[in-house]
Amino acid sequence: MRLGNTNDSYGLVAVLLHWVTALAVVFLFALGLWMVDLDYYNSWYQLAPNIHKSVGFVLVLAVLFRLFWRLSQLTPQSPATHKAWERMLAKLMHVFFYIAIISMFFSGYFITTGKGQALHVLGFISIPAVIDNMDNVKDIASEVHEISAYTIIVAVALHALAAIKHHFIDKDKTLARMLGR
Amino acid sequence: MPKLIKKLIMLSSLFTLVCCGLFGASAASADKYLIDTKGAHAFVQFRVKHLGFSWLYGRFNTFDGEFSYDPKKPEESTISVNVDVTSLDTNHAERDVHLAAPKYLDSKKHSTASFKSTAYKKTGDKTGELTGDLTLFGVTKPITIDVEHIGGGPDMWGGYRQGFEGKATITPKDWGLDMAAKLGPAAAQVELMLSVEGIRQ
Repeated sequence: MRLGNTNDSYGLVAVLLHWVTALAVVFLFALGLWMVDLDYYNSWYQLAPNIHKSVGFVLVLAVLFRLFWRLSQLTPQSPATHKAWERMLAKLMHVFFYIAIISMFFSGYFITTGKGQALHVLGFISIPAVIDNMDNVKDIASEVHEISAYTIIVAVALHALAAIKHHFIDKDKTLARMLGR
Repeated sequence: MPKLIKKLIMLSSLFTLVCCGLFGASAASADKYLIDTKGAHAFVQFRVKHLGFSWLYGRFNTFDGEFSYDPKKPEESTISVNVDVTSLDTNHAERDVHLAAPKYLDSKKHSTASFKSTAYKKTGDKTGELTGDLTLFGVTKPITIDVEHIGGGPDMWGGYRQGFEGKATITPKDWGLDMAAKLGPAAAQVELMLSVEGIRQ
């Protein structure tokens, strides 16, 4: 399998980026959902948010690289069997994913740094705050983070359903392509 | 919409205050003081034990209120304060977000807390016991605040001020927030530390 994309297939890098991002998004959602309800005396109380922030940070880097890779590579053409409305929906969904994931980065960052404290990730990186105690930033950020998270997970489900539909009903190569075939 | 409701509540409480003022004016000659929140010479603070190892301090940054005080008739003193629960500040963004959630203060649903005095008893030269109704999470219960008169007199800018400090210990479970179950037995009680300076109207 080649590294780069061709006119009608995804290369190894694009395929890996897709699945790593997908795994990270689902993992972050599940972890986030679980950790906000942890009791104060739970031994995961401090560890879970640290993992959440660190994985989120790595995801930021992965998505930035993914955007760069997408722009620097050929975009494989949609299979000819795709109808016009399917292409449009798919395009919309992709744009939505990028916007929503980026909104997660910013809102997550502001929940922690909304009052001037730095965001610590991976145990050795400290990302400074850009605002110092601006009114309500942390509250708005927390709302945005929650709403975006639920919206993304609904979109993930639709995205997966669409892939399954293409594979089993339309019997085209949409899903197979993303598995590197 | 909540802003409008807040305004309506404020207007109606103002209306009530004005009415009480009109009817009560002949009985009491105590001066009215507006709590100096504009100049931030007033603080609604609390402290609660963290794990039983140390004191954690926090405050509510937004509130307003007024009191009446007559040095000759201290037992007629009254005070009413409204606190914006969403203005919680413990100097840590993540903790503030956490405490605002439904599991703790649920401050989006119960955005206002209030205290309205019902009686004042002098206990010493500068001390007294203030009894009143504290409304938290929509539940109203009586509490007693130990009050110390710190000082009062004309300020340098043409005004006249009086300042007090109040201390009370409450068990939030009585208002429906079981702190011991959520943050450990050492956190069952919360100490309130209230500092008010009023400007005579």
